[in-house]
Amino acid sequence: MAQTLFDKIWDAHLVARRADGRELIYIDRHVLHELHAPHAFKKLAQAQRAVRRPDLTFSVQYHTVSTQPGRDDLTNAQSTPFLQAMRDGSARNGIRLFDIDDPEQGISHVVAPELGMVLPGATHAVPDSHACTVGGLGALAFGCGTSELEHILATQVIALKRPKRMRVRVEGTLGPHVTAKDVALRVIAEVGIAGGRGHAVEYAGAAVRAMSIESRLTLCNLAIELGARSGLVAPDDVTFGWLAGRPFAPQGRQWEAAVAHWRTLASDEDAQFEREVVLDCAELEPQITWGTDPSQVVGVGGRVPDPASVEPGQAAAFRRALDYMGLTPGMPVAGLPVDRVFIGSCTNSRMPDLEAAAAVVRGRHVAAGVVAMVVPGSSSVKRQAEAAGLDKVFRAAGFFWGESGCSMCAGGNGDRGEPGERCVSTTNRNFEGRQGKGVRTHLVSPATAAAAAIAGRIVDVRKLVSGAA
Amino acid sequence: MQPFTTLTGVAVPLLQDDINTDQITPINRNINPDWAALLFANARKLADGSADPDFPLNRPQFRTPGILVTGRNFGCGSSREGAVWAMIATGIRCIVARSFADIYRENCLQNGLLPVELRPADAQAFEARVVAADGATPFTVDLQTQSISGPGGPDLAFEITPADRMRLIEGLDDIGLTLKHAPEIAAWEERMAGTQPWLQTAADSRR
Repeated sequence: MAQTLFDKIWDAHLVARRADGRELIYIDRHVLHELHAPHAFKKLAQAQRAVRRPDLTFSVQYHTVSTQPGRDDLTNAQSTPFLQAMRDGSARNGIRLFDIDDPEQGISHVVAPELGMVLPGATHAVPDSHACTVGGLGALAFGCGTSELEHILATQVIALKRPKRMRVRVEGTLGPHVTAKDVALRVIAEVGIAGGRGHAVEYAGAAVRAMSIESRLTLCNLAIELGARSGLVAPDDVTFGWLAGRPFAPQGRQWEAAVAHWRTLASDEDAQFEREVVLDCAELEPQITWGTDPSQVVGVGGRVPDPASVEPGQAAAFRRALDYMGLTPGMPVAGLPVDRVFIGSCTNSRMPDLEAAAAVVRGRHVAAGVVAMVVPGSSSVKRQAEAAGLDKVFRAAGFFWGESGCSMCAGGNGDRGEPGERCVSTTNRNFEGRQGKGVRTHLVSPATAAAAAIAGRIVDVRKLVSGAA
Repeated sequence: MQPFTTLTGVAVPLLQDDINTDQITPINRNINPDWAALLFANARKLADGSADPDFPLNRPQFRTPGILVTGRNFGCGSSREGAVWAMIATGIRCIVARSFADIYRENCLQNGLLPVELRPADAQAFEARVVAADGATPFTVDLQTQSISGPGGPDLAFEITPADRMRLIEGLDDIGLTLKHAPEIAAWEERMAGTQPWLQTAADSRR
């Protein structure tokens, strides 16, 4: 029978069917972090259970870490107990830890791909909903809770109900300064934040095939914002070229065998999807969220929608979002004054993201009164960016250049905005209070964020760089 | 895990769709927090930091709730399990929603919190009953009979898979259930080490 990419990976990892009907799916790579793993380590010890495969498990410190240059444990006293518990739990269980000062520390969804830990056709779990990011390499990933994390530590499998399959086909050639982030936001606007619930989503189509791996990671990162636990892109020569030689990827003859297998993973021609969505992005303009969930999106040249224009069930949520965001129906989004700009997070903190932002910033300066930050997704990305001189471009323009971590995406390290501030951000969630109580978040691409920092207001990056804004 | 059979408690209405886990439990920077205090910590407060008297969980009749009644896609966003622990710490052992986000629903099942998904045809009438009861008369959720009884109308049947029902009623240890399959896990590893050996090692080639 014809199979989808998802089916092929799922079936290859199906270990057993439990008495309660759940399917036990083997996890090839499990990455832990300090915000959630300490609790699971404690419960595992109480139950006197061992970690089944510490050799397939890695720990990274990134949710609570300070972004201050020269940081150490004491820079952010509130994070110290998390960091220490992570060290203790990892050491006790024989798990390799990428600690706060490790040259390869960073956000799991940046580090695991760049080190070649996650591979096409592999399964991956992180106690973090953005685990889906690594689907950009053709890996099947599951964000999970703390109990599930403990379960995987003890058994190396996760007990799931098989999700349905959904395909999002993105066609057309993206215009200049229109990125995977803009595509992802447009997809969420079309499908809705619950449209992917109960599904694994495969992204396909000409626009996806043309994307770099970093762009595919961005695209899959936002699968969870559709409600889908997993997002996937079929691996191809771009994938193999990107992974070749990375330290944890197979080497030599194993590499050849792996690539031969990975070439069989694409969805079969006549494979069935329970749901299919097609989107032509040839005319897509840079996108921006106006509201408090990631489906509340307009083109940067658009206007804030009118609650009267949506179905009655949605109108109350629209009005609430407008009120929180300090907006009125019909006003243009471009021109809104900006207090803060954040470039970073597992969505948009890789080298091409920073290059795209730097290209806009170079030779310009952050507008007066705007606090602008760049936080690379990993210490490796930070080093690469510094070798390319990007840190100098950002600092000369008035940006803060930080140490890697989640930072202002969720504020778990205390990097947050002030009530009422309008923050243009390359992150993934514009939820109320996420970047600080009362902070008004607008999600955008790195180029659009950089343009907002320079202009001091929301602006079409294409107009800014051409001098028309 | 504490088994769930029946629960009689005050039902508190929070009738919005898409309530996310950042709203349920804002990210917490204490490794051993007071989970009950974190439940809707931002939404409970007015801008000046004082308690919002209109927020349902702040109203006197809802101070000791047992059941939360809410809209579509409850618990979307982050996978943080604290968003379930905060419910348990507050005494909420059942959430009745129009639908749940995938990860949140799993986290409920892991903690003996019953997620009841209402049939679309029943949702509006049941929500109206909960609003009308206004915490004065409790509702009873019976997982054995899969029904909810309470003021303002007849008993309401709900669906749940037999497997999820059994797991909650018996309070089964999820890891224990899976460990019964340890021989199959070992056999899978051995097979995979032959067919896709790169998946069974994650070695750093520089070391």
